[in-house]
Amino acid sequence: MSPLTVLASVAPAIRTPHVDYLSILPMLIMMGGALTLMVASSVLRKVLDRGAGTTVAVVTSAAALVAALFQWDHVSTHGPSVTIAGAIAYDGFAVFIQITVATAMLLTALVGDGYLRREGIAGPEFHVLAMMSASGAMLMGAANDLIVIFLGLEILSIALYVLAAFNHRRAESGEAALKYFILGGFSSAIFVSGIAFTYGATGSSNLPQIADYLSRNVVVSNGVLLAGLALLLVGFGFKIAAVPFHMWSPDVYQGSPSPITGFMAAIAKVGAFAALLRVFVSTFGTLRTDWQPIIWVLAVLSLVVGAVVALLQNDVKRMMAYSSINHAGFILLGVQAATARGVSAALYYLFAYTFLVIGSFAVITVMAHGGDEGHTIGDYRGLARQQPVLAFVFALLLLAQAGVPFTTGFLAKFGVVGAVVATHGYALAVIAMVTAAVAAFFYLRVVVTMYSPVGPSGDTTDPTDWSPTSGASETDPAHPTGGAAGVGYLARDRSHRDTGFSTDLAENEGPAALQVLSDAPPSESVAGRAVSVPPLTWVALGLCTVFTVVFGIVPGPVLDFAHQATLLFT
Amino acid sequence: MSVNPDWYLGLSVVLFSIGALGVLIRRNVLVMFMCIELMLNAANLAFVTFARMLDDIGGQVLVFFVLVVAAAEVVVGLGIVVAMFRRRATATADDLHLMKG
Repeated sequence: MSPLTVLASVAPAIRTPHVDYLSILPMLIMMGGALTLMVASSVLRKVLDRGAGTTVAVVTSAAALVAALFQWDHVSTHGPSVTIAGAIAYDGFAVFIQITVATAMLLTALVGDGYLRREGIAGPEFHVLAMMSASGAMLMGAANDLIVIFLGLEILSIALYVLAAFNHRRAESGEAALKYFILGGFSSAIFVSGIAFTYGATGSSNLPQIADYLSRNVVVSNGVLLAGLALLLVGFGFKIAAVPFHMWSPDVYQGSPSPITGFMAAIAKVGAFAALLRVFVSTFGTLRTDWQPIIWVLAVLSLVVGAVVALLQNDVKRMMAYSSINHAGFILLGVQAATARGVSAALYYLFAYTFLVIGSFAVITVMAHGGDEGHTIGDYRGLARQQPVLAFVFALLLLAQAGVPFTTGFLAKFGVVGAVVATHGYALAVIAMVTAAVAAFFYLRVVVTMYSPVGPSGDTTDPTDWSPTSGASETDPAHPTGGAAGVGYLARDRSHRDTGFSTDLAENEGPAALQVLSDAPPSESVAGRAVSVPPLTWVALGLCTVFTVVFGIVPGPVLDFAHQATLLFT
Repeated sequence: MSVNPDWYLGLSVVLFSIGALGVLIRRNVLVMFMCIELMLNAANLAFVTFARMLDDIGGQVLVFFVLVVAAAEVVVGLGIVVAMFRRRATATADDLHLMKG
């Protein structure tokens, strides 16, 4: 007998915690799908074609969705519980997040397929990383322990860092990834320190145990606990991109591949807000007088900065980044209320926003020409003439984000503002509604541009543009569609960053295509450029639109769903 | 000789501050990574110290989670830096200026 077996026979048996596999089934399916796809692509000799990757991603997300619906059934009949030694909460709130994330993944897989084909990116890594990231967001929603929240946060973020860098032909993509990584790592380190201090003050990292400790001990100005709370809040603030922790988001949104931007905006917010609600509203509920003023300030700053700065943007992706900061401010209203109504309103907002933002970025994805460029507002001019349905869908999704009645966006805003009013937060409610009105301007600006005809002599300047640098003349008409761009990037002059460089067009146009084209005539409008929408993107857009309109007119089912999810909150 | 655990906490706070300051003022991306690692390790030191003070093994276990995550993060981060380095031949944050606004 080896020494090890002797030791094993002497040592007492290790008791493993009971694992309720149904409680983590959607996460397991998501991770399993990602791993299967990754292993298959390494084992098989030939490169998997894009259809295979998309199929696996769609099937996996649908399976996770079905599993989450089974969970919902189980939770509704058996009530909330905790499992795996208290590390995972198995309640309506967690299941709601699983459903939201699985839906986001499904939509992203559909949108991403067309993007990968257009950009000529082979291999299933896009879907593998997206599914991994989604499983992290699911884990954050179900986590019942601070360290599990941290693990979920990192699974979510690390995959997103890589996805941000995914279009390796664009320098902006790599830059976005590096910025996201540094600030993400910074915020994670702050978050871990917050966990350490909270652990030190309460003696546990388990949320129910912390809540139990706080309810049994009167904590009066405990510096260590408050420091931990503040650090946790900063960590969450970075992830949800609340002002003043939003610096990374416009650059990262602009630089990342468009489908990933929508995905990131949806699931990073869903995951981080889920954890924020669980930690602050549920666990630190007894300390709400300490953290509510901070959330109030974060909410006001996010609402105002998001809405006002978005007005000044000429790049649609940057505009959407500030718009998402504004949305984060709205969701913070639900957190600030710190009531069951607030939680349910925040959940509903997250669910509605997932469809809105992924749908909007699906349109932005197809509007870009090769290399994922051409996102100035001027590039949208005349879209309604060429692609009336696409323009209508985009207008609808933008108006829903602005909060127009008979859409889910209106009900979402109404819910959080109502929750804040119910707790007598009148000032906050007024500020929120004013910023919603301001935000309507920049959404309408895009809508008006889309429905403006292309002017005579190809004038495609943005009709609503009031800035001196109006027009999209920087955009290169003979745009590169990717290809062997490495040479181009090295030879590129920084000052001509928007002009692009046409290496693979050299075949068609000869050496002239390699020259810097900053003096080219104004960019061709949509009318001059064929915008083609892949069928799967139509499916995703259809789902987003139908959800937004149908549940905007018949709000009952989803509102009840969010309400039930909150009632089944541990 | 026994050392009061408060000193370890003080050291952890100092390390964390050095790391945070480093991320904010240093321009070399690799040094910024190191500063992030310093912050994570400061948190680890705090975990171990608190575990000792509370006489609870849980805090020491948490350190392993943080270490593993930090390692994974560095792998991805260095990958991104290498990808940038191939294109630019520098690794300073000042070169990250394609997007502004």
